[in-house]
Amino acid sequence: MQTLACPDCDLLQSVPDLPPGGKASCGRCGHVLATGTADPISRPLALTIAALLLLIIANFDPLMGLSAVGRHASTTIIGGAYQMWIEGEQATAVIVGFCAVVAPAGYILFMLMVLLGAGRTPVPGWVGEMLRWAERMRPWSMVEVMMLGILVALIKIAALAKVEPGFGMFAVGVLMLLIPAIEVSFDPHAIWQRVAWVKPKTSPPIAGDSAPEASS
Amino acid sequence: MAAALTAAQAGLIGCEHCGLLVRAASADEPGHCPRCGSALESRRRQSIERTWALVIAAAICYIPANLLPVLGTTTLGSTEYDTIMGGVVFLYTSGSWPLALIVLIASVMVPLGKLIALGYLLISVQRRSSSSNRERTRLYRMVEFIGRWSMLDVFVDTFTVALVQLSPLMAVRPGAGVMFFAAVVVLTMIAATTFDPRLIWDAGGEQES
Repeated sequence: MQTLACPDCDLLQSVPDLPPGGKASCGRCGHVLATGTADPISRPLALTIAALLLLIIANFDPLMGLSAVGRHASTTIIGGAYQMWIEGEQATAVIVGFCAVVAPAGYILFMLMVLLGAGRTPVPGWVGEMLRWAERMRPWSMVEVMMLGILVALIKIAALAKVEPGFGMFAVGVLMLLIPAIEVSFDPHAIWQRVAWVKPKTSPPIAGDSAPEASS
Repeated sequence: MAAALTAAQAGLIGCEHCGLLVRAASADEPGHCPRCGSALESRRRQSIERTWALVIAAAICYIPANLLPVLGTTTLGSTEYDTIMGGVVFLYTSGSWPLALIVLIASVMVPLGKLIALGYLLISVQRRSSSSNRERTRLYRMVEFIGRWSMLDVFVDTFTVALVQLSPLMAVRPGAGVMFFAAVVVLTMIAATTFDPRLIWDAGGEQES
């Protein structure tokens, strides 16, 4: 049992210890306050490692090729941003590069460090910092939006020339499923409970958040 | 359930990063979270002012984003310019109406809907409205969730430009509209994070459902 403030409406609530797969929602606004995970590390870690491998393929293999009038062209994700840059749209190129390459890579790498660090005892303090960075990157990682964008571009170009999907596109397709799978299997609360506190408890919390067994 | 009391009413702050519930040292300077070290805030600072500024900036960018071309296609010396709506019409006439619908929703309706929704949330919070709190919170979550999808057309344009370089026969160049379009998406995404949904509930009312 622990007391939490709902991040969406600030209501104080007691959340019981949850069985694996259990879910506690805010009684007032419906925000999911906590989820129960049986194994907070191995499954997200396996998914993260798979995502890392696909990320490499997605970034280095061509997404698609185009042939017309005896000429052939192909592009990668970075190639797309680079072409935008040399066409004079540097600001757009930076946004595309960030959302398509930097943020997904950042999210996956920070999550990898979090999960590897959280498996150690005691859990090192930098795990919390890495987790914060992973959460900061997540909204900007737009692999699924990019995938749909590639498909729309493919269909638009198919009217002009012959296009063949490349290996990189299939990697993006699987990566698009793996990133939400990491999120669903991962419980940040379980990690935070293991992380060493940064400072001595100068302002002690009132609720037994670090000790779930404490009776309130 | 205990009596409905918010953390702010109890002099507590829930850390936005790690969820730890901390007793605020003082109302003006709540200090830092003892567990994760991030700055504690009972409510996001200047949430309404900052969100308004971002929403207005995004609304201004929304106009050139729709009026300026996002793509210019040069075929044998003549150049054709396409706006976002032009791209939707192209997809529709070339027979793929499901894609035309997706681009129309993601590029035109979602950004406009986000601007209207954020404006409505801001005005209702400023008027201290205390009704339909749950619905307004749900609307906020939808704005947060859907925001990334309006980047769709920026990706479509990027990959079209990168691939169709068959000079001298045909070349596709990005237009200035694409930059404004990306700006609308980025600004509304930041606006969704500066808005504090807890403000919706601060006016009271509907304590328990």
